Amino acid sequence: MADSLQFELVSPERLLASVAATAVRIPGAEGDLTAMPLHAPTITTLRPGILSVDSAEGTEEFVVTGGFAEITAETCSVLAESAVKRADATAEFLEGALEQARAAQDGAEGAAADVANKLVADLEAINATA
Amino acid sequence: MANLKDLKNRIESVKSTRKITKAMQMVAAAKLRRAQEAAEMARPYAERMAAVMGGLAQSVGDSDSAPKLLAGTGSDQTHLIVVLSSERGLAGGFNSSIVKLARARIEKLLAAGKTVKILTVGKKGREQLRRDHSDRFVKHFDMSDVKRVGYVNAREIAQDILSRFGDGEFDVATMYFNTFQNVVTQIPTETQIIPAVFEGEADTTVYDYEPGEGEILADLLPRGVATQLFTALLENGASEQGARMSAMDNATRNAGEMIDKLTIVYNRSRQAVITNELIEIISGAEAL
Repeated sequence: MADSLQFELVSPERLLASVAATAVRIPGAEGDLTAMPLHAPTITTLRPGILSVDSAEGTEEFVVTGGFAEITAETCSVLAESAVKRADATAEFLEGALEQARAAQDGAEGAAADVANKLVADLEAINATA
Repeated sequence: MANLKDLKNRIESVKSTRKITKAMQMVAAAKLRRAQEAAEMARPYAERMAAVMGGLAQSVGDSDSAPKLLAGTGSDQTHLIVVLSSERGLAGGFNSSIVKLARARIEKLLAAGKTVKILTVGKKGREQLRRDHSDRFVKHFDMSDVKRVGYVNAREIAQDILSRFGDGEFDVATMYFNTFQNVVTQIPTETQIIPAVFEGEADTTVYDYEPGEGEILADLLPRGVATQLFTALLENGASEQGARMSAMDNATRNAGEMIDKLTIVYNRSRQAVITNELIEIISGAEAL
Protein backbone atom coordinates (compact mmCIF):
# COMPACT_ATOMS: atom_id res chain seq x y z
CA MET A 1 0.00 0.00 0.00
CA ALA A 2 1.54 3.18 -1.13
CA ASP A 3 1.62 6.08 1.29
CA SER A 4 3.43 8.46 -1.01
CA LEU A 5 3.53 9.28 -4.68
CA GLN A 6 6.53 10.20 -6.76
CA PHE A 7 6.12 13.86 -7.60
CA GLU A 8 8.03 15.43 -10.49
CA LEU A 9 7.91 19.00 -11.65
CA VAL A 10 9.47 19.46 -15.07
CA SER A 11 9.91 22.58 -17.12
CA PRO A 12 11.20 22.46 -20.70
CA GLU A 13 14.61 23.51 -19.51
CA ARG A 14 15.09 21.28 -16.49
CA LEU A 15 13.73 19.04 -13.78
CA LEU A 16 12.78 21.31 -10.88
CA ALA A 17 11.73 18.86 -8.25
CA SER A 18 11.52 15.14 -7.74
CA VAL A 19 10.33 14.04 -4.32
CA ALA A 20 8.16 11.43 -2.65
CA ALA A 21 5.07 13.49 -1.81
CA THR A 22 2.06 12.73 0.31
CA ALA A 23 -0.18 15.28 -1.38
CA VAL A 24 0.10 17.66 -4.32
CA ARG A 25 -2.30 20.54 -4.84
CA ILE A 26 -2.59 21.38 -8.52
CA PRO A 27 -4.23 24.41 -10.09
CA GLY A 28 -6.18 22.51 -12.73
CA ALA A 29 -7.89 24.21 -15.64
CA GLU A 30 -11.31 23.24 -14.28
CA GLY A 31 -10.53 23.90 -10.64
CA ASP A 32 -7.90 23.01 -8.11
CA LEU A 33 -7.36 19.39 -7.25
CA THR A 34 -5.26 17.52 -4.76
CA ALA A 35 -3.44 14.42 -5.91
CA MET A 36 -2.82 11.85 -3.20
CA PRO A 37 -1.56 8.29 -3.43
CA LEU A 38 -3.95 5.97 -5.29
CA HIS A 39 -5.57 8.85 -7.12
CA ALA A 40 -7.43 7.75 -10.23
CA PRO A 41 -5.28 8.21 -13.35
CA THR A 42 -5.98 11.72 -14.57
CA ILE A 43 -4.56 14.16 -17.06
CA THR A 44 -5.47 17.78 -16.62
CA THR A 45 -4.26 21.02 -18.09
CA LEU A 46 -3.05 23.74 -15.75
CA ARG A 47 -4.07 27.30 -15.28
CA PRO A 48 -1.45 29.71 -13.95
CA GLY A 49 -1.36 29.39 -10.20
CA ILE A 50 0.37 28.02 -7.18
CA LEU A 51 1.22 24.39 -6.90
CA SER A 52 2.05 23.06 -3.46
CA VAL A 53 3.66 19.79 -2.53
CA ASP A 54 3.54 18.10 0.88
CA SER A 55 6.40 15.75 1.53
CA ALA A 56 8.45 14.46 4.47
CA GLU A 57 10.56 17.61 4.22
CA GLY A 58 7.59 19.94 4.60
CA THR A 59 5.56 21.90 2.11
CA GLU A 60 7.04 23.43 -1.00
CA GLU A 61 5.29 25.88 -3.26
CA PHE A 62 5.84 26.67 -6.91
CA VAL A 63 4.37 29.23 -9.25
CA VAL A 64 3.47 27.52 -12.51
CA THR A 65 2.04 28.81 -15.76
CA GLY A 66 0.64 26.63 -18.49
CA GLY A 67 1.21 22.97 -19.11
CA PHE A 68 -0.43 19.84 -17.79
CA ALA A 69 -0.31 17.31 -14.98
CA GLU A 70 -0.33 13.57 -15.32
CA ILE A 71 -1.52 11.74 -12.21
CA THR A 72 -1.44 8.00 -11.67
CA ALA A 73 -1.75 5.92 -8.50
CA GLU A 74 1.97 6.14 -7.74
CA THR A 75 3.18 9.17 -9.65
CA CYS A 76 2.30 12.77 -10.27
CA SER A 77 4.22 14.54 -13.02
CA VAL A 78 3.62 18.17 -13.71
CA LEU A 79 4.89 19.53 -17.00
CA ALA A 80 4.76 23.27 -16.73
CA GLU A 81 5.68 25.68 -19.49
CA SER A 82 7.36 27.81 -16.86
CA ALA A 83 7.79 27.10 -13.17
CA VAL A 84 9.67 28.75 -10.33
CA LYS A 85 9.78 28.28 -6.59
CA ARG A 86 7.35 30.50 -4.74
CA ALA A 87 10.24 32.09 -2.84
CA ASP A 88 12.04 32.90 -6.12
CA ALA A 89 8.94 34.27 -7.79
CA THR A 90 9.72 37.89 -7.15
CA ALA A 91 7.35 40.68 -7.92
CA GLU A 92 9.53 41.37 -10.94
CA PHE A 93 9.00 37.91 -12.37
CA LEU A 94 5.26 38.15 -11.91
CA GLU A 95 5.18 41.62 -13.38
CA GLY A 96 7.02 40.31 -16.42
CA ALA A 97 4.59 37.45 -16.87
CA LEU A 98 1.66 39.77 -16.35
CA GLU A 99 2.97 42.21 -18.89
CA GLN A 100 3.29 39.45 -21.46
CA ALA A 101 -0.22 38.28 -20.69
CA ARG A 102 -1.60 41.81 -21.05
CA ALA A 103 0.18 42.23 -24.37
CA ALA A 104 -1.43 39.01 -25.55
CA GLN A 105 -4.77 40.23 -24.24
CA ASP A 106 -4.59 43.40 -26.31
CA GLY A 107 -4.22 41.73 -29.67
CA ALA A 108 -6.48 38.77 -29.05
CA GLU A 109 -9.98 38.16 -30.38
CA GLY A 110 -12.66 35.61 -29.70
CA ALA A 111 -11.61 32.45 -27.91
CA ALA A 112 -7.99 33.59 -27.73
CA ALA A 113 -9.13 36.73 -25.90
CA ASP A 114 -10.97 34.62 -23.33
CA VAL A 115 -7.81 32.64 -22.69
CA ALA A 116 -5.74 35.81 -22.40
CA ASN A 117 -8.27 37.46 -20.08
CA LYS A 118 -8.25 34.43 -17.84
CA LEU A 119 -4.46 34.41 -17.76
CA VAL A 120 -4.33 38.06 -16.75
CA ALA A 121 -6.92 37.50 -14.03
CA ASP A 122 -5.05 34.48 -12.70
CA LEU A 123 -1.75 36.28 -12.65
CA GLU A 124 -3.27 39.26 -10.92
CA ALA A 125 -4.63 36.93 -8.27
CA ILE A 126 -1.21 35.40 -7.73
CA ASN A 127 0.34 38.83 -7.63
CA ALA A 128 -2.10 39.92 -4.95
CA THR A 129 -1.27 36.98 -2.69
CA ALA A 130 2.48 37.06 -3.26
CA MET B 1 66.53 27.12 -52.09
CA ALA B 2 63.82 28.95 -50.18
CA ASN B 3 64.90 32.06 -48.41
CA LEU B 4 65.62 31.50 -44.71
CA LYS B 5 63.72 34.59 -43.67
CA ASP B 6 60.62 33.54 -45.61
CA LEU B 7 60.68 30.11 -44.02
CA LYS B 8 60.94 31.61 -40.59
CA ASN B 9 57.97 33.91 -41.21
CA ARG B 10 55.97 31.01 -42.51
CA ILE B 11 56.68 28.95 -39.40
CA GLU B 12 55.66 31.85 -37.17
CA SER B 13 52.40 32.32 -39.01
CA VAL B 14 51.50 28.63 -38.81
CA LYS B 15 52.33 28.71 -35.13
CA SER B 16 49.90 31.54 -34.47
CA THR B 17 47.25 29.74 -36.49
CA ARG B 18 47.78 26.73 -34.30
CA LYS B 19 47.33 28.83 -31.19
CA ILE B 20 44.02 30.11 -32.48
CA THR B 21 42.67 26.71 -33.47
CA LYS B 22 43.80 25.28 -30.15
CA ALA B 23 41.99 28.04 -28.27
CA MET B 24 38.85 27.53 -30.36
CA GLN B 25 38.98 23.84 -29.65
CA MET B 26 39.13 24.44 -25.92
CA VAL B 27 36.32 26.97 -26.01
CA ALA B 28 34.19 24.52 -28.00
CA ALA B 29 34.96 21.78 -25.48
CA ALA B 30 33.77 23.94 -22.60
CA LYS B 31 30.65 25.02 -24.48
CA LEU B 32 29.97 21.46 -25.54
CA ARG B 33 29.76 20.32 -21.96
CA ARG B 34 27.21 23.01 -21.17
CA ALA B 35 25.23 22.29 -24.31
CA GLN B 36 25.14 18.60 -23.52
CA GLU B 37 23.93 19.29 -19.99
CA ALA B 38 21.19 21.53 -21.33
CA ALA B 39 20.13 18.85 -23.79
CA GLU B 40 20.04 16.26 -21.05
CA MET B 41 18.01 18.44 -18.70
CA ALA B 42 15.43 19.05 -21.36
CA ARG B 43 14.97 15.37 -22.06
CA PRO B 44 12.48 14.47 -19.26
CA TYR B 45 10.02 17.12 -20.40
CA ALA B 46 10.21 16.15 -24.06
CA GLU B 47 9.83 12.45 -23.29
CA ARG B 48 6.81 12.91 -21.02
CA MET B 49 5.25 15.26 -23.49
CA ALA B 50 5.66 12.80 -26.35
CA ALA B 51 4.32 9.93 -24.22
CA VAL B 52 1.19 11.78 -23.12
CA MET B 53 0.52 13.18 -26.57
CA GLY B 54 1.07 9.77 -28.11
CA GLY B 55 -1.56 8.31 -25.79
CA LEU B 56 -3.98 11.10 -26.52
CA ALA B 57 -3.40 10.98 -30.22
CA GLN B 58 -4.24 7.30 -30.27
CA SER B 59 -7.58 7.80 -28.59
CA VAL B 60 -8.56 10.90 -30.56
CA GLY B 61 -6.65 10.31 -33.78
CA ASP B 62 -9.23 8.39 -35.75
CA SER B 63 -12.20 10.60 -35.09
CA ASP B 64 -13.20 13.35 -37.52
CA SER B 65 -12.83 15.99 -34.86
CA ALA B 66 -9.08 15.46 -34.61
CA PRO B 67 -7.28 18.81 -34.77
CA LYS B 68 -5.56 19.74 -38.00
CA LEU B 69 -2.18 19.78 -36.31
CA LEU B 70 -2.58 16.05 -35.82
CA ALA B 71 -4.65 14.96 -38.78
CA GLY B 72 -3.13 17.31 -41.35
CA THR B 73 -4.98 19.48 -43.82
CA GLY B 74 -5.78 16.56 -46.06
CA SER B 75 -3.34 17.76 -48.69
CA ASP B 76 0.43 17.69 -49.06
CA GLN B 77 0.84 20.25 -51.79
CA THR B 78 2.80 22.90 -49.91
CA HIS B 79 5.77 21.97 -47.77
CA LEU B 80 7.54 24.11 -45.22
CA ILE B 81 11.17 23.17 -44.74
CA VAL B 82 12.59 24.35 -41.44
CA VAL B 83 16.38 24.40 -41.53
CA LEU B 84 18.17 24.76 -38.21
CA SER B 85 21.83 25.67 -38.59
CA SER B 86 24.52 27.56 -36.72
CA GLU B 87 25.37 31.25 -36.69
CA ARG B 88 29.08 30.64 -37.03
CA GLY B 89 31.27 28.67 -39.34
CA LEU B 90 34.47 26.73 -38.73
CA ALA B 91 32.52 23.76 -37.51
CA GLY B 92 33.59 21.17 -40.06
CA GLY B 93 30.74 19.69 -42.03
CA PHE B 94 28.11 20.68 -39.48
CA ASN B 95 26.10 23.08 -41.62
CA SER B 96 26.81 21.43 -44.95
CA SER B 97 25.41 18.11 -43.78
CA ILE B 98 22.12 19.68 -42.69
CA VAL B 99 21.83 21.70 -45.87
CA LYS B 100 22.68 18.68 -48.02
CA LEU B 101 19.85 16.68 -46.49
CA ALA B 102 17.40 19.57 -46.75
CA ARG B 103 18.40 20.31 -50.33
CA ALA B 104 17.93 16.71 -51.41
CA ARG B 105 14.43 16.84 -49.95
CA ILE B 106 13.62 20.18 -51.55
CA GLU B 107 14.71 18.96 -54.96
CA LYS B 108 12.67 15.80 -54.59
CA LEU B 109 9.59 17.80 -53.63
CA LEU B 110 10.07 20.23 -56.50
CA ALA B 111 10.48 17.37 -58.94
CA ALA B 112 7.19 15.98 -57.66
CA GLY B 113 5.55 19.31 -58.47
CA LYS B 114 5.06 20.45 -54.87
CA THR B 115 5.43 23.98 -53.59
CA VAL B 116 8.30 24.47 -51.18
CA LYS B 117 8.72 27.22 -48.61
CA ILE B 118 11.81 27.55 -46.48
CA LEU B 119 12.21 28.90 -42.98
CA THR B 120 15.75 29.19 -41.69
CA VAL B 121 17.18 29.50 -38.22
CA GLY B 122 20.85 30.45 -38.10
CA LYS B 123 22.57 32.30 -40.90
CA LYS B 124 24.95 29.61 -42.13
CA GLY B 125 22.20 27.41 -43.48
CA ARG B 126 20.55 30.40 -45.09
CA GLU B 127 23.75 31.42 -46.85
CA GLN B 128 24.18 27.96 -48.32
CA LEU B 129 20.59 27.68 -49.50
CA ARG B 130 20.46 31.19 -50.91
CA ARG B 131 22.24 30.22 -54.11
CA ASP B 132 19.45 28.01 -55.43
CA HIS B 133 16.41 28.72 -53.34
CA SER B 134 16.48 32.36 -52.27
CA ASP B 135 13.02 32.97 -53.76
CA ARG B 136 11.51 30.32 -51.49
CA PHE B 137 12.53 31.87 -48.17
CA VAL B 138 9.59 32.94 -46.06
CA LYS B 139 11.25 33.82 -42.77
CA HIS B 140 14.59 33.85 -41.04
CA PHE B 141 15.35 33.74 -37.34
CA ASP B 142 18.60 35.29 -36.29
CA MET B 143 20.06 33.56 -33.27
CA SER B 144 23.33 35.47 -33.12
CA ASP B 145 22.19 37.52 -30.12
CA VAL B 146 21.10 34.43 -28.24
CA LYS B 147 23.82 33.36 -25.84
CA ARG B 148 21.99 30.41 -24.45
CA VAL B 149 19.10 28.80 -26.27
CA GLY B 150 16.02 28.97 -24.08
CA TYR B 151 12.52 27.64 -24.39
CA VAL B 152 11.35 31.17 -25.23
CA ASN B 153 13.37 31.06 -28.46
CA ALA B 154 11.77 27.79 -29.45
CA ARG B 155 8.33 29.13 -28.58
CA GLU B 156 8.84 32.20 -30.70
CA ILE B 157 9.75 30.10 -33.73
CA ALA B 158 6.92 27.68 -33.01
CA GLN B 159 4.39 30.52 -32.81
CA ASP B 160 5.50 31.83 -36.17
CA ILE B 161 5.21 28.39 -37.74
CA LEU B 162 1.84 27.75 -36.11
CA SER B 163 0.36 31.04 -37.24
CA ARG B 164 1.52 30.31 -40.76
CA PHE B 165 -0.14 26.92 -40.51
CA GLY B 166 -3.28 28.58 -39.15
CA ASP B 167 -3.31 30.89 -42.19
CA GLY B 168 -3.07 27.88 -44.46
CA GLU B 169 0.34 28.81 -45.82
CA PHE B 170 1.54 25.20 -45.86
CA ASP B 171 0.35 21.64 -45.31
CA VAL B 172 3.38 19.78 -44.06
CA ALA B 173 6.33 21.07 -42.04
CA THR B 174 9.59 19.20 -41.74
CA MET B 175 12.61 20.32 -39.80
CA TYR B 176 16.28 19.60 -40.36
CA PHE B 177 18.94 19.55 -37.69
CA ASN B 178 21.88 17.51 -36.43
CA THR B 179 21.38 14.96 -33.70
CA PHE B 180 24.28 14.77 -31.31
CA GLN B 181 25.71 11.27 -31.20
CA ASN B 182 29.17 11.99 -29.84
CA VAL B 183 31.96 14.45 -30.44
CA VAL B 184 32.93 13.01 -33.81
CA THR B 185 29.49 11.94 -35.02
CA GLN B 186 26.52 14.17 -35.61
CA ILE B 187 23.65 12.73 -37.53
CA PRO B 188 21.69 15.00 -39.87
CA THR B 189 18.06 14.32 -39.04
CA GLU B 190 14.73 15.16 -40.61
CA THR B 191 11.62 15.26 -38.46
CA GLN B 192 8.09 15.99 -39.52
CA ILE B 193 6.57 18.39 -37.02
CA ILE B 194 3.24 19.19 -38.67
CA PRO B 195 1.10 17.13 -38.83
CA ALA B 196 2.46 15.51 -35.70
CA VAL B 197 3.67 11.94 -35.86
CA PHE B 198 4.08 9.69 -32.87
CA GLU B 199 5.83 6.42 -32.65
CA GLY B 200 3.10 5.03 -30.49
CA GLU B 201 3.90 2.46 -27.90
CA ALA B 202 0.47 1.84 -26.47
CA ASP B 203 0.01 3.25 -23.00
CA THR B 204 -2.38 0.91 -21.22
CA THR B 205 -3.37 3.29 -18.42
CA VAL B 206 -6.85 4.68 -18.86
CA TYR B 207 -6.88 8.30 -17.78
CA ASP B 208 -9.60 10.70 -16.77
CA TYR B 209 -9.24 13.81 -18.84
CA GLU B 210 -9.97 17.25 -17.50
CA PRO B 211 -11.19 19.03 -19.61
CA GLY B 212 -11.94 16.56 -22.44
CA GLU B 213 -9.37 14.69 -24.52
CA GLY B 214 -9.94 16.91 -27.50
CA GLU B 215 -9.37 20.13 -25.57
CA ILE B 216 -6.24 18.83 -23.92
CA LEU B 217 -4.87 17.68 -27.24
CA ALA B 218 -5.65 21.04 -28.82
CA ASP B 219 -3.77 22.69 -25.97
CA LEU B 220 -0.84 20.30 -26.10
CA LEU B 221 -0.18 20.08 -29.83
CA PRO B 222 1.15 23.63 -30.16
CA ARG B 223 3.26 23.06 -27.07
CA GLY B 224 4.45 19.83 -28.64
CA VAL B 225 5.71 21.73 -31.69
CA ALA B 226 7.57 24.15 -29.44
CA THR B 227 9.03 21.29 -27.44
CA GLN B 228 10.21 19.49 -30.55
CA LEU B 229 11.83 22.66 -31.80
CA PHE B 230 13.45 23.25 -28.45
CA THR B 231 14.86 19.73 -28.36
CA ALA B 232 16.15 20.14 -31.90
CA LEU B 233 17.77 23.47 -31.08
CA LEU B 234 19.55 21.96 -28.11
CA GLU B 235 20.67 18.91 -30.05
CA ASN B 236 21.89 21.23 -32.75
CA GLY B 237 23.76 23.35 -30.20
CA ALA B 238 25.57 20.35 -28.79
CA SER B 239 26.30 19.04 -32.29
CA GLU B 240 27.70 22.38 -33.40
CA GLN B 241 30.14 22.52 -30.53
CA GLY B 242 31.07 18.88 -31.02
CA ALA B 243 31.68 19.40 -34.73
CA ARG B 244 33.70 22.53 -34.10
CA MET B 245 35.74 20.80 -31.45
CA SER B 246 36.75 17.92 -33.69
CA ALA B 247 37.32 20.24 -36.67
CA MET B 248 39.59 22.45 -34.58
CA ASP B 249 41.35 19.43 -33.13
CA ASN B 250 42.19 18.30 -36.64
CA ALA B 251 43.29 21.78 -37.60
CA THR B 252 45.57 21.98 -34.58
CA ARG B 253 47.12 18.64 -35.42
CA ASN B 254 47.64 19.60 -39.07
CA ALA B 255 49.26 22.85 -38.05
CA GLY B 256 51.62 20.92 -35.77
CA GLU B 257 52.61 18.60 -38.62
CA MET B 258 53.16 21.53 -40.91
CA ILE B 259 55.39 23.25 -38.36
CA ASP B 260 57.48 20.07 -38.02
CA LYS B 261 57.93 19.82 -41.78
CA LEU B 262 58.77 23.47 -42.18
CA THR B 263 61.25 23.29 -39.31
CA ILE B 264 63.09 20.43 -41.00
CA VAL B 265 63.29 22.38 -44.27
CA TYR B 266 64.40 25.45 -42.33
CA ASN B 267 67.19 23.55 -40.54
CA ARG B 268 68.38 21.90 -43.75
CA SER B 269 68.64 25.16 -45.58
CA ARG B 270 70.38 26.76 -42.64
CA GLN B 271 72.97 23.97 -42.69
CA ALA B 272 73.35 24.36 -46.43
CA VAL B 273 74.04 28.06 -46.00
CA ILE B 274 76.71 27.37 -43.34
CA THR B 275 78.34 24.66 -45.43
CA ASN B 276 78.41 27.02 -48.36
CA GLU B 277 80.07 29.74 -46.34
CA LEU B 278 82.67 27.29 -44.99
CA ILE B 279 83.50 26.08 -48.46
CA GLU B 280 83.96 29.65 -49.58
CA ILE B 281 86.30 30.45 -46.66
CA ILE B 282 88.33 27.26 -47.06
CA SER B 283 88.74 27.60 -50.78
CA GLY B 284 89.65 31.24 -50.28
CA ALA B 285 92.36 30.24 -47.78
CA GLU B 286 93.65 27.50 -50.08
CA ALA B 287 93.96 29.92 -52.97
CA LEU B 288 96.43 32.06 -51.07
